[in-house]
Amino acid sequence: MSVVEREKLLEVKNLKKYFPAGKKGVLKAVDDVSFDIYKGETLGLVGESGCGKSTTGRTIIRLYDATEGEVVYEGVDVHDKKSRSELKKFNRKMQMIFQDPYASLNPRMTVKDIIAEGIDIHDLAKTKKDRENRVYELLETVGLNREHANRYPHEFSGGQRQRIGIARALAVDPDFIIADEPISALDVSIQAQVVNLMMELQKERGLTYLFIAHDLSMVKHISDRVGVMYLGNIVELTTSDELYEEPLHPYTQALLSAIPVPDPELERSRERIILEGDVPSPINPPSGCRFRTRCPHAMDVCAAVKPKWQEAREGHWVACHLYDEEAVKQQN
Amino acid sequence: MEKLLELDNLHVSFHTYGGEVKAVRGVSFTLDKGESLAIVGESGSGKSVTSKAVMRLLPNKIGSIKEGAIRFQGKDLAKATEREMEKIRGAEISMIFQDPMTSLNPTMTIGKQIMEGLRKHQNMSKSEAKERSINLLKLVGIPNPELRVDEYPHQFSGGMRQRVVIAIALACNPKVLIADEPTTALDVTIQAQILDLMRDLQDKTGTAIILITHDLGVVANLAQRVAVMYGGMVVETGTVDEIFYKPKHPYTWGLLASMPKINSESKELLAIPGTPPDLMNPPKGCPFAARCPYAMEVCVDHMPEATNVTSSHKAACWLLDERAPKVEPPEEALVGGAR
Repeated sequence: MSVVEREKLLEVKNLKKYFPAGKKGVLKAVDDVSFDIYKGETLGLVGESGCGKSTTGRTIIRLYDATEGEVVYEGVDVHDKKSRSELKKFNRKMQMIFQDPYASLNPRMTVKDIIAEGIDIHDLAKTKKDRENRVYELLETVGLNREHANRYPHEFSGGQRQRIGIARALAVDPDFIIADEPISALDVSIQAQVVNLMMELQKERGLTYLFIAHDLSMVKHISDRVGVMYLGNIVELTTSDELYEEPLHPYTQALLSAIPVPDPELERSRERIILEGDVPSPINPPSGCRFRTRCPHAMDVCAAVKPKWQEAREGHWVACHLYDEEAVKQQN
Repeated sequence: MEKLLELDNLHVSFHTYGGEVKAVRGVSFTLDKGESLAIVGESGSGKSVTSKAVMRLLPNKIGSIKEGAIRFQGKDLAKATEREMEKIRGAEISMIFQDPMTSLNPTMTIGKQIMEGLRKHQNMSKSEAKERSINLLKLVGIPNPELRVDEYPHQFSGGMRQRVVIAIALACNPKVLIADEPTTALDVTIQAQILDLMRDLQDKTGTAIILITHDLGVVANLAQRVAVMYGGMVVETGTVDEIFYKPKHPYTWGLLASMPKINSESKELLAIPGTPPDLMNPPKGCPFAARCPYAMEVCVDHMPEATNVTSSHKAACWLLDERAPKVEPPEEALVGGAR
């Protein structure tokens, strides 16, 4: 795979994000997560609700301050102190698309003003005419038309609103876009429209995406590589083909086998790994490997030692004692 | 098989400030004893409204059944009085809602909520009802039911709450269970648990299920027959194999093609262009005509009749008329290759 030689755009190193919970509690939403994102790729991040995938995305773009660890974007630490003008320059490079197209657009602003907000902040348009033209261009890029510019968000359907959200993100010409569940609020036929649009834009503009979602089949479709999160940790990361063909981590295996496939014959014959119980609370997570309480292959060592994040095969990272020879030896 | 429930040309409208929204426009289908029927469609296709009409849970004054019959064991529910409906709801036909966080009463213990129906419909004594509640909780796979029965909903996780909702729905051994997006609010691994449970319970109790969902994966997993709805109408019905392997309606093709297949290589999804019709002013002809790549002139002005493809498979599309050109479904819509 050529992935190894590609240029890194973003490095996430031992990122932690804790939230205070109650009097003494600490909610470890993201606990020691490390990965890289290469230029021009789409990295998918999947996991169930509460696994910390959205928090990871929001911490990368500095909507949250990191508790510990760093996010290095083209050599610069995102969370370092920056002057106002530095920060402004920085913010242009990274943009975000949000999950709920109903809540992420200000209902009192026209579409034109919503899209042009970034243009105004960064002084990208010299005249009013120029600003208008840029908005029109963006609307057409995302498959809407210029008549839509003076309307308000409530006049649009969910899919159209998500297109407006994409146009807003594109307005400042970013290199990197974090898409946090951009399609989960949309209908199936509309989801495909938005995903196709995002893939087209990536090809045209050489964008890099962090695509956060819980729908694994859509993530596989859009991503080059996929990371799987469970309870604040990344448990597996590899190319999307390899992840689906040869998942190593027991959680990934269970997650993949749990997705119902739109093929009745396959559904009838398929053996499913059904996980017992629920995800434990992130306020008081299990010791050692966090998945051990639901893992069908749990060993004694899993409770005692946190599994190492290691490259089990080339370009295929996993955190599980099953793939750690020393741990297995100790066990026997 | 014995017909348990039969919908005949059902029309439901909502009266809003903007005008009359014709949410359901002539829906007919039947449900046999013990079978599971899935109603598939996008938001606004009328699938939830149809099920609410069966339960007569449409909002008073705003929503009303305009036309048509809902025959349940020979009785027309569309004309039933509220008092008659009270005897049917929960006892004969019951319902599971989408969101287990909001469908349980947070101020009542789980046990009390299960007992409610048992006390009302089956005149059980308190102690009998409680015993039955514990058994029901055991049936839906809740550990330590003797203790859990006295707990409140907030002490349960999402998946566990949905199990409780299912226990409530099954309390009086209903003949029909309507499940409106029962797993949409749940995570995949929990969804797998709940689907497993529902299949298991159907085997044990023989309850007929109407499953309302937009997820074709869930349909393939649970349903025996499928009705595809679009713009307030049923555009295609058939057995699950007929719908997935030999679909006839272009909307069904579009639905199947716009889903990414985990085992496929193709890089572009076949999206359905445009948006669903506005049911305030529904189109005169086929509701899908405006988005259909095969639309002909006749489609715009005339609604096609449902055509029998096989004895169990029907589709409402002009392409099935003998005068229409022969069209093959797009490759992306073929499930599992050419089976």
